[in-house]
Amino acid sequence: MSNQVSFGLSPERAAERVAESISLRKRRENRFLFLGKSAVAVALGFLVLLFAGILSKGIPGLFQHYVTLDVQLDAERLDPSGQGTLESLADGDFDGVVRDALYEALGGPTGRKAKRQARRLISSGSGQRLMHHVLDNPDQMRSKVALQFAVDDDVDTFLRGLISRDTPEADRRVSDQMISYIDLLQAKGRISYEISDYLFFGSASRDAEMAGIRGALVGSILTLLVCIVIAFPLGVATAVYLEEMAPKNRLTEIIEININNLAAVPSVVFGIMGLAVFIVIFGMPRSIPLVGGIVLALMTLPTIIISSRASIRAVPPSIRDAALGVGASKMQTITHHVLPLAMPGMLTGTIIGMAQALGETAPLLMIGMVAFIVDVPSGVTEPGTVLPVQIFMWADFAERMFIQKTSAAIIVLLAFLITMNAAAILLRKKLERRW
Amino acid sequence: MQLEESSRMVQTTSTLEARTIPDSTLGQIHADNPRMKARNVDVFYADKHAIDNISLDIGSGQVISFIGPSGCGKSTFLRCLNRMNDTIDSCRVSGEIMIDDQNIYDSSIDVVLLRARVGMVFQKPNPFPKSIFDNVAYGPRIHGLATSKVELDHIVETSLQRAGLWEEVRDRLDQPGTGLSGGQQQRLCIARAIAVSPEVILMDEPCSALDPIATAKIEELISELREQYTIVIVTHSMQQAARVSDRTAYFHLGKLIEVGDTKQVFTNPLHALTQDYITGRFG
Ligand SMILES: Nc1ncnc2c1ncn2[C@@H]1O[C@H](COP(=O)(O)OP(=O)(O)O)[C@@H](O)[C@H]1O
Ligand SMILES: [Mg+2]
Repeated sequence: MSNQVSFGLSPERAAERVAESISLRKRRENRFLFLGKSAVAVALGFLVLLFAGILSKGIPGLFQHYVTLDVQLDAERLDPSGQGTLESLADGDFDGVVRDALYEALGGPTGRKAKRQARRLISSGSGQRLMHHVLDNPDQMRSKVALQFAVDDDVDTFLRGLISRDTPEADRRVSDQMISYIDLLQAKGRISYEISDYLFFGSASRDAEMAGIRGALVGSILTLLVCIVIAFPLGVATAVYLEEMAPKNRLTEIIEININNLAAVPSVVFGIMGLAVFIVIFGMPRSIPLVGGIVLALMTLPTIIISSRASIRAVPPSIRDAALGVGASKMQTITHHVLPLAMPGMLTGTIIGMAQALGETAPLLMIGMVAFIVDVPSGVTEPGTVLPVQIFMWADFAERMFIQKTSAAIIVLLAFLITMNAAAILLRKKLERRW
Repeated sequence: MQLEESSRMVQTTSTLEARTIPDSTLGQIHADNPRMKARNVDVFYADKHAIDNISLDIGSGQVISFIGPSGCGKSTFLRCLNRMNDTIDSCRVSGEIMIDDQNIYDSSIDVVLLRARVGMVFQKPNPFPKSIFDNVAYGPRIHGLATSKVELDHIVETSLQRAGLWEEVRDRLDQPGTGLSGGQQQRLCIARAIAVSPEVILMDEPCSALDPIATAKIEELISELREQYTIVIVTHSMQQAARVSDRTAYFHLGKLIEVGDTKQVFTNPLHALTQDYITGRFG
């Protein structure tokens, strides 16, 4: 009898209790599942909102309005000395030629006032554009060609329907006379809405219709190049040393803690340091991608070091044993076996670091990469700016068209980022090996 | 004959009664023609005394097996023989281990050279994530053993042949070594070890991750390799020790309890602890 008591539950009773606990467990699991799914749904929702917002604003920014004009390429006016070089073309009256083509398209406006209104229709950079066209197509000289010129940013805004005809003329940036001209051009089918070549091939400009991101894009690429050339080898070397060679003592412990701390330092601090060290002490010029790249490299180093160490640690010790066991030296073990196996992880970390660097604004403001620079930098020591800083600057301008350009630049930045990540994933897939 | 038998019985029983760890190793620690000689070896992992004053000869051209319960220090002692313990920060080794009358723990010894002479096969097959060819060719390459591609090919082929793997992999040398079966991987690791022509091969439970058929193949291989190499094998299987080894050493709690000819150790152990272990009373 006492035996049975100490034995506890009868099998039937036990089965009942198990059944009860199973239904309880099931309910808990379902609740957990539901929470997880809602979390994912919320995150996805925000992502969709974000992308919808950016795309709906940014895609119109990728386009702009052009007016097609029949330009008479008069050699005497455009290239008085007839050499066809940039220097000789500088004396040409390109603005005048474009203007004449415009007047012709408008049916010959008379009077200074009417002409002035007509000139306000097209971008002030039209003469420049024509000059580059002539430079690239010398054989078209002396013929009459149909060319597209950007309309002025206010006209563009009007054409997008963002300026109403009903607004009193005094409060409108587009006059009645201009509106009638625009209607005339549209009736003749001379106004078109196309992908903006200014956006991709133009550089910084105060005129919204001519502003482009080429300079900033090149600046970003140069800055990132400097950044990766410095940060990747340095980060990997540091990680290898700390993981494989450094003795475990007080000093390396302090170094480790500080690297982790560095990862949490606000980026603007790196900018101040870059300003103080590279520009003030070393006397390097401001605004150059070289300094920007160094600053960003310092900023991304902790990320690269931490992720590289993690991936080195993930290499199975049995592989190290195998190499050491056949008589490989420590260095050979690292370079022949550990590094190739850790490389995919290291690249992932590096790409994350680079993505951070690509989107960084604050430290670059500190070292002056916010300057208004029209020329596209042709090297790392020439002043330039980068995409996020360009976006930051544009977002500050009052002209309406800059809002669209800003959104378009954001799309380009995101596309750059996605391309970079995709390249990294491909590279990693190629390098990844199973063990 | 009768008398001898009974007198031996008496002797065994007397030691059997005392299940205390003896002060010094019973049996014959010396070998006729030693390839390696360990003298008064102590190993510490930080404060843990893992090997306690062990002296043992590894006979040339012989197979010696290390047996004993888990955690008794077999692997630790084995890894002293090619200084693989160097990779463990907390590990401290004292005493002498001689090869050709040179202490391998001497500062003048190049550990890379030592490991080329004393190769190792691990418990879990650990081929490199590279091709079968590159696995075997790795050692000869880093040691510069081959002066030409032809020579390297030859080394790889003979090593795979000796490891009994050539017929199975000759058509797929460029495929990853990690794609082989467990037993094949272990033979690949043996081929990789013998490709650098070591004098001694250390094997740490080389069959513990393998099925019986693969195990039989490895044992057969060990029997063939004994002609050219000195082999030290750690094993959990008494039958394996009995089948492949000439001498057997029994470890217990970091001590070498007894060592002797395999036959003698298994039929007539000198110490009660050995007796208990081989009869399966613990382990
Ligand atoms: N890396 C290590 N660090 C600390 N202690 C260890 C380490 N390796 C082994 N030991 C300890 O040393 C003793 C002997 O281990 P080992 O040689 O692996 O035993 P065996 O191979 O006979 O099973 C064990 O008590 C084990 O816990
Ligand atoms: Mg072991």
